[in-house]
Amino acid sequence: MDIKYYIFLSVALFVIGIVGVLTRRNAIIIFMCIELMLNATNLLLVAFSKMHYLAGKATNATAGIDGQLFVFFIMVVAAAEVSVGLAIIVMLYRNTHSVDVNFLNRLKH
Amino acid sequence: MGITQILFWALTALALFSALMVITSKNPVYSVLWLIVTFFTISGHYLLLNAQFLAIVNIIVYAGAIMVLFLFVIMLMNLSKDTEPQKSKWLKLAGAVAGGCLLLVLVAALRNTETRMTELGSGDIGLIQNLGRELFTHYVVPFEIASILFLSAMVGAVIIGKREEKSPVHEEIKKVEAIQNEMNVSESVS
Repeated sequence: MDIKYYIFLSVALFVIGIVGVLTRRNAIIIFMCIELMLNATNLLLVAFSKMHYLAGKATNATAGIDGQLFVFFIMVVAAAEVSVGLAIIVMLYRNTHSVDVNFLNRLKH
Repeated sequence: MGITQILFWALTALALFSALMVITSKNPVYSVLWLIVTFFTISGHYLLLNAQFLAIVNIIVYAGAIMVLFLFVIMLMNLSKDTEPQKSKWLKLAGAVAGGCLLLVLVAALRNTETRMTELGSGDIGLIQNLGRELFTHYVVPFEIASILFLSAMVGAVIIGKREEKSPVHEEIKKVEAIQNEMNVSESVS
């Protein structure tokens, strides 16, 4: 399979995530779109890892393994981000009884 | 067209369709369910690319733990189609046009790249044996730092979610309760 198809697939997923962030006002959906973007980059990292493994197979047995470890660490950071972010959204809902991100502009007062 | 190519195109179509459904569903619960479908298709792609460990971790951590957390928060807030904040059509159109322009620019930039083939369905790089050996030799310091990150995230979530003791409303409720207690005591004495 050509690496191009994976690049285009993850670009498409990433752009769908960006459109979701731009067009939705529900804070939870915006959060889910960020998860979608993180997964698109993860997919690209795994595809490149596979490509480098095939390229360096003769000389280096563990070529391309770094990409998969990066995916692992991205998942760790995303999990920590979700726990804190959902706590913030729950706090926002408790104070304003809404998850509309437009209410967040009162932070500047 | 081999079996792996058929699998690739089927998974790609399903991934794109479910990702579109995530951002177009009005009900947040349906968005979460479509996002779980997207994660499953991405796990299928990982399996095709011989990242078996990452595929399992993706299902367990993302589709299992994180999405349940999202669903729990949505149910806790009792969100539905009726409480969805409405946005004007022009802003939606502007967002779609901006995203489409970005897609166009990225595809045009990457169209003429040097292409290489990635073989599907072979290799053992993604087994947990190889990843674990690398993780506990070269990447042991980032691994330990990740545990500290998790601990601080947990503490942060607890602190943010904790009810404030000193809020004026809380003080007021305490005063009312104290007065009620006094009245109860005086009634029982008399």
